[in-house]
Amino acid sequence: MPVSKTGIQQRDRFLTKIHIDGWLLAGLLLLMAIGLMTIYSASGQDMALIKRQLIRLGIGLVAMFLLAQIPVLFYRNISPFVYGIGIILLIAVLAIGVTGKGAQRWLDLGAFRFQPSEILKLFVPMTVAWYISRVGMPPSLKTLLTALLLVVVPTILIAKQPDLGTSLLIASSGIFALFLAGMSWRIISVFTLLIGSFTPIMWLFLMKAYQKQRVITFLNPESDPLGAGYHIIQSKIAIGSGGWTGKGWLQGSQSQLEFLPERHTDFIFAVFSEEFGFLGVIGLLLVYGFIVGRGLVIASRSQFLFSKLLAGSITLTFFVYVFVNIGMVSGLLPVVGVPLPLVSYGGTSMVTLMSGFGLLMAIATQNRVMPR
Amino acid sequence: MAKQRQTIRDFSAESNLFLRRCLFAVFFCLLLIFVILSNLFSLQIDQFEDYKIRADGNRIKVVPVAPNRGIIYDRNGTIIAENKPVFNLEISIEEVPNLDTTLAALKKLLQLSDTDIARFERNRKRQRRFQPVTLKSNMSEERVAIFSAHQHLFDGVSVEASLSRFYPYGSALTHVLGYVSKINERDLNLIASWGAQSNYAATKNIGKQGIERYYEERLHGKVGYAKLEVDSKGRTLRVLEENAPIAGEDLVLNIDIELQLYVQSQLLERRGSVVVSDPRDGGVLAMYSNPSYDPNLFVNGISQKDYSTLIQNPDRPLLNRAVQGQYPPASLIKPHLALLGLEYQVVTAKTKIQDKGFYQLKDVEHIWRDWLRRGHGIVDIKRSIEVSCDTFFYEMAYKLGIDNIYEYMSQFGFGEYTNIDLLEESDGNMPSRGWKRAKFNQPWYIGDTISVGIGQGYWTATPVQLLDSINTIINDGQRFRPQLLRAIKQDNIDIPETLNEATPVQVLSPENWALVKQAMQDTVRLPHGTAHKAFRNATYSSSGKTGTAQLFSVGQDENVDDLIIADYLKDNAMYLGYAPSDAPQISVIVALENAGGGGSNAAPISRSVMDYWLGEKYARQ
Repeated sequence: MPVSKTGIQQRDRFLTKIHIDGWLLAGLLLLMAIGLMTIYSASGQDMALIKRQLIRLGIGLVAMFLLAQIPVLFYRNISPFVYGIGIILLIAVLAIGVTGKGAQRWLDLGAFRFQPSEILKLFVPMTVAWYISRVGMPPSLKTLLTALLLVVVPTILIAKQPDLGTSLLIASSGIFALFLAGMSWRIISVFTLLIGSFTPIMWLFLMKAYQKQRVITFLNPESDPLGAGYHIIQSKIAIGSGGWTGKGWLQGSQSQLEFLPERHTDFIFAVFSEEFGFLGVIGLLLVYGFIVGRGLVIASRSQFLFSKLLAGSITLTFFVYVFVNIGMVSGLLPVVGVPLPLVSYGGTSMVTLMSGFGLLMAIATQNRVMPR
Repeated sequence: MAKQRQTIRDFSAESNLFLRRCLFAVFFCLLLIFVILSNLFSLQIDQFEDYKIRADGNRIKVVPVAPNRGIIYDRNGTIIAENKPVFNLEISIEEVPNLDTTLAALKKLLQLSDTDIARFERNRKRQRRFQPVTLKSNMSEERVAIFSAHQHLFDGVSVEASLSRFYPYGSALTHVLGYVSKINERDLNLIASWGAQSNYAATKNIGKQGIERYYEERLHGKVGYAKLEVDSKGRTLRVLEENAPIAGEDLVLNIDIELQLYVQSQLLERRGSVVVSDPRDGGVLAMYSNPSYDPNLFVNGISQKDYSTLIQNPDRPLLNRAVQGQYPPASLIKPHLALLGLEYQVVTAKTKIQDKGFYQLKDVEHIWRDWLRRGHGIVDIKRSIEVSCDTFFYEMAYKLGIDNIYEYMSQFGFGEYTNIDLLEESDGNMPSRGWKRAKFNQPWYIGDTISVGIGQGYWTATPVQLLDSINTIINDGQRFRPQLLRAIKQDNIDIPETLNEATPVQVLSPENWALVKQAMQDTVRLPHGTAHKAFRNATYSSSGKTGTAQLFSVGQDENVDDLIIADYLKDNAMYLGYAPSDAPQISVIVALENAGGGGSNAAPISRSVMDYWLGEKYARQ
């Protein structure tokens, strides 16, 4: 016993030294493995696709590792500046961005395309955390309004691209930071009411036709079974036909026979549910739950307000990803383009997510060496 | 250091507040997870059966499989209608990388015509997506070989084998077998009226004429089904389950193909028909209508050019004269009328008249001429049949009256369908007072009756009706329906069809049958008989009656089907006979349009057929 305890302590010390949280890393790697397995099945056993995903995961892990090495204080200090740069880039996207799939999201930088809304996913919670940590918590009404302004500006800019999914995630990340900072319940209720009354205005003035269509389809997918409702109907058939234990890996007829659209990207959860069933889904949610729990433990253990708020916000936003994706795939929420984090095939959002976990790891491992 | 700078802030209070919010967030997350899980539970567990069925519905496609059509044999087991494998070049358009270059390359390789390409383009627009489109049907073996050698160059192009109806004897059996052809709108309605839509789900062709049409339901068989696994693009991945179709019944006809071919060879260029039957059961041994045409033309869709050639031919090859040709029966029905006269005792076997060459009613100026201008002298009823004396029958008809003639001849089936197993049949016309009133709103005149007495006037009959009537005489009134179908072949065993009998003709004095039959035998046997010359030196005994229908005396718009009198006014030559006389094995009718006298034109053909059947054919067996 003492020998093994010493072993664990030694290992912990080593991981802390290289700024890695072992529990979090284990959860992430497990998710990545599940993702690779499911992509392999969903893509019709396309090894080339698996290789590309492996490269992305590698890039993500390296980004996480590198970001974990940077002192948290540095992040805090650069927050307002990167936020400003982010806003400028978003305006640039609207002005001179590249259009693709009916939306203007990219900046063409010659060698590669760059999606500024992705980095805002980190910059917004960083800036809100920076702002609150300066003035202390709980925030006053004035603080709150200022912080909300910091959230709303990028949210609207991204929504105009239009990219409803990302703007939703960015708004949540900022609001989570405010919530964790102790925003009063009374104000929360008022805002909930405001948003409720804002919905019809959004429907009438802000939403594009295709976004409205998604909502209509969400409310009644059977109204257009071969058109807009096709995705969600086929997805529900895939999930429902999985039953308790699923049809087995590589055996899902909905995915293998290509009835399911967007199989290895946004709708990968349907493939997983079809092949691994309800029990498999519980297992997957346990892994996500574990990562969220670990993230919140890191946040609450941190003794630095900026770190607490940033870690909490990143963790809860990660959970929002999971909830929104599963919700839309299983017909609970309208279809917005949100991937299943670390399981869906995809590039940019994966690197952003892993960068977020890099920040979490920095927070987890630098607590004791940070000045108070 | 930081703590000193921000003295106002209570870090432990901040920490506690943050912790409370974290716990609340955890609670909230758990709530959302519960929502997700309960929704998934509802989908995957509660509604599992529904979604499983829908997933299978996506994946499984049930396709009908057409049954093989029954094969048709002649009475000796020779195949006369079969299903021949054909090779079609089919293109799965979705799998072809570049359709235009592929078509051009195929055109050059297989020397396809522009018509082939044009037909393909037409079919392509009609075909459902992901279903292969036929580029060239019925490919020769040579072309199949050429394509097979180059198949690797053509993705999405393949040679597919299928079965196509084939009639090996071509035009010889057209009017018996008919043909199958593509199902059209009218056929679809017909199929719907049978309630057989699902049974025809995979069937492309349907019987349009002849045996193919009459026995369509028996020849067709029962559709099968295959359960296929398909992907979202409708491509077949594998067969999950197969419910094999049940092939149609194999039919055996009474037709003897060798006799049929012999009959065809006897008619050559002459318009008309010959039907040969076995009087013992009404089985049709041969039935040929000239001119004929090749039924194979219709099977895979007849070209516009071939069709208009057939339609515009003045000799009307599409008509089956054996059952559709309606002719004045002329002297052929003298034996029947003689029977009637004897039955009603209008005449007796001993009644004699002096034939001066014409018949005249008292106080009537009109005379009815005998075909022999000088007359036949003193004749009795038997001799009147042998020499075909008209005058005797004019007088007898006058005495009988139309009502008796109509009633009695109807018993022989005149004016009614024989119900032979062909749907193309015409019923001819057995005139009556009521018929004339309905048709022309005119009363029946005595003169009308006198014309009917020699099978002229308003009376018309089809060759098969006449043959049926002679079989009735041969069988002393017993009547068998003329029938083409002999048996059903199952596991190489012929299961005979039941014979269909009609109401027999009743007579008061059975000896009258013998008298009439003796007269017909003597028509052939005795030198004064009208058929004597044609049957000189025959090695068997035979009986018969000649007939020469005079068309010039018939008003065109009055009775006879316009086809017969439309072109020429020359007489129709007919002969109705059977052999051997004492134990008849075959009965024959020969009906030639506009050929002249029956004794000199029709009787020799009948002789050849009987020679063939009783002589050559029997000698060989």
